[in-house]
Amino acid sequence: MSAPTHQDDAAHGSYKSYLTGFALSVVLTVIPFWLVMSEADIGLGWALAVIFGLGAVQIIVHVHYFLHVTGTAEHGWQAMSMIFTAILLVIVLSGSIWVMFHLEENMMPAHEQIERVRNLP
Amino acid sequence: MATDLTHLPAVHTDVHPIFGKLTWQSIPIHEPVLVGTFIGVAIIASVVLYLLTKYKWWGYLWSEWFTSIDHKKIGIMYMVLGFIMFVRGFADALLMRSQQALASMGYEGYLIPHHYDQIFSAHGVIMIFFAAMPFVTGFMNYVMPLQIGARDVAFPFLNNLSFWLTVSGAVLVMISLFVGEFSTNGWLAYPPLSGLEYSPSVGMDYYLWALNIAGIGTTLSGINLVVTIVKMRCPGMTWMRMPIFTWTTLCTNILIVASFPVLAATLALITADRYIGTQFFNTELGGNPMMYVNLIWIWGHPEVYILILPIFGIFSEVVSTYSGKRLFGYTSMVYATCVIMVLSYLVWLHHFFTMGAGASVNSFFGITTMIISIPTGAKLFNWLFTMYKGRIRFELPMMWTIAFMLTFTIGGMTGVLLAVPPADYVLHNSLFLVAHFHNVIIGGVVFGVFAGVTHWFPKAFGFKLDPYWGHLSFWGWIIGFYLAFMPLYLLGLMGVTRRLSQFEDTIYAAYFITAAIGALFIAGGIASFFIQLYVSIRDRDSERLRDDTGDPWDGRTLEWSTSSPPPYYNFAFTPRVHGIDTYAEMKRHGYQRPTDGFAPIHMPRYTASGVVIAGLLTVMGFGLIWHIWWMAAFGFVTAILWAIGHTFNYNRDYYVPAEEVRAIETARGPRMEPAE
Repeated sequence: MSAPTHQDDAAHGSYKSYLTGFALSVVLTVIPFWLVMSEADIGLGWALAVIFGLGAVQIIVHVHYFLHVTGTAEHGWQAMSMIFTAILLVIVLSGSIWVMFHLEENMMPAHEQIERVRNLP
Repeated sequence: MATDLTHLPAVHTDVHPIFGKLTWQSIPIHEPVLVGTFIGVAIIASVVLYLLTKYKWWGYLWSEWFTSIDHKKIGIMYMVLGFIMFVRGFADALLMRSQQALASMGYEGYLIPHHYDQIFSAHGVIMIFFAAMPFVTGFMNYVMPLQIGARDVAFPFLNNLSFWLTVSGAVLVMISLFVGEFSTNGWLAYPPLSGLEYSPSVGMDYYLWALNIAGIGTTLSGINLVVTIVKMRCPGMTWMRMPIFTWTTLCTNILIVASFPVLAATLALITADRYIGTQFFNTELGGNPMMYVNLIWIWGHPEVYILILPIFGIFSEVVSTYSGKRLFGYTSMVYATCVIMVLSYLVWLHHFFTMGAGASVNSFFGITTMIISIPTGAKLFNWLFTMYKGRIRFELPMMWTIAFMLTFTIGGMTGVLLAVPPADYVLHNSLFLVAHFHNVIIGGVVFGVFAGVTHWFPKAFGFKLDPYWGHLSFWGWIIGFYLAFMPLYLLGLMGVTRRLSQFEDTIYAAYFITAAIGALFIAGGIASFFIQLYVSIRDRDSERLRDDTGDPWDGRTLEWSTSSPPPYYNFAFTPRVHGIDTYAEMKRHGYQRPTDGFAPIHMPRYTASGVVIAGLLTVMGFGLIWHIWWMAAFGFVTAILWAIGHTFNYNRDYYVPAEEVRAIETARGPRMEPAE
């Protein structure tokens, strides 16, 4: 096929967008790092939520500023495949966590249970 | 608390610096069954090599096939690989059926349990990865670019490399037959059984490296075919005008791209456990073998849809062609395919209902599994309604399709039964399960492969397959399938578990003997297929089989508009599409093939890089399996260097002069007449 293959030259970003992406990435990395190093007293739950939340934002920043995925690039194909990937990732990750917790709850004997069995008469 | 690690098996035993773990003891000369097989294989191989040399076919094979990056030739090579491995896998099946029949009568049989374990593992691995996968990839490769009016796939060289990587995996599995042994851990190799402690031999390593290498090939081929469909459809072919087979190909390859990396990661983890002493799946050190089961089925369930979706596409093409009608419910067929594609990611836990998840998890996955039968059922009704009031021609592809509809429905219903977690607690790991998945894979995939082969064979070679031997093959398969697997359903309901090589009790002998007889019928069906090939090639110039029109079945999609076999550039002019079933439309409007105004055609050049890189990676795999580190390093480094070298090859395309196109188009058989 002789059809032109590079019709989306606009999607290669500019100096400014790379700098923005870089600055955002640094900020998003420094906050969790500071959170852990300073042992800020906000409770484990909050700390985890902040770290994972900012991690998720970080992924979006990378995808947008460095991989140049926008709603219109490649006739929307990039965005569509990103959405599909995201759906599958959510299914696989949340599903695995759910499944593994269930298995652990039902199948993994706690330490004292093992001891109790060991000490059976 | 310090953990005592001394009982863990050492990852690196002392190995010979040159030969690794390979010694004379690794050659199984003490196994009479294997020695017999080896002699047989050696004789056949020498005859083939002698013939190839005598008729000087080596150069032809190398320059016209092995180095070819023509999607049609690669498609055919995938089919050849599939059939070779299918025969190997079926030989394993015959061994198992006969061993079980003997054992059920109270004899010891001729296979020791350790050997039997290797046979069922090899059977599963070969049939899924090296028979069924090459078959579907072969069809997708051959047919899809023709259906969308493209000249080749998006990345022709990558296609050749993918094929040879698949061959590389197959070669490693075949080597395991005569050098060392194969895995004894079943086709998915669950830890801890597959860990170093319980499987210290090279068998498991053969499994890992064969799948690691072949898996790369499959992933690359998936990317290639997705890009081809997205980017290379001919003008006018909008999404909702694509043939159904192309749609199923698209969904299948999206599944491949999304799920094969999961397989690669899972196998990488267990490879690390075996080679560098990580403990991902060792409970004692905080790992969890259940994570392996979870991950491998996240790949494994989409995988079964990767196998069946393209086959659904084949049946759709066949039904509408031989009923002489447009496919009923085209749009619903497209949506059903897409829904199956997404749902296939939501059901993986039904493969391990009994491993300890709670009621809420089991019911969720049970219900999603049952839901997936709805789009599948919709497809079945679409095929039935396509046949309704159609002018049905009972050619062989149509007969395979009807056999599929009957057989697959039974398999689907037992599948829904197994999707009920309480029922699964009774039936899991039993022969009922074995009967179920053979029911859907043979009744679905294998029947579809035969339907597709008979349907597209005249397109690929310019002559039809002999119907007499085709009918014999068909009935051998149908009778054989029901005889072989219906008894297994009954046995499973009575509680016989799978993968047994010895029995205490002889009351089930009748069932196992029936199943063995069924396997013999299937053997007859397979033999008839090969005789059919022979007879058809012998009589290829006869009036009865020859096809000069390029359209022997009154086809409806673009692949039938070009000659049979198609010229290497597929279409002299890029087709234009104005609706679904374009070619049927074109014929109705009295389409005449253009005979003038040819232009030069841009085509890719053949290259040997695919064969060489895959060959070097096979060497790497063999070295890794036997811990021959220098060999592994050599294979890896040279493969990388060769790949880098290949990127500097700028002489990779050329133009077919218009004169040559004219010569080819003029030489093409008698002028094709419009059908009506």
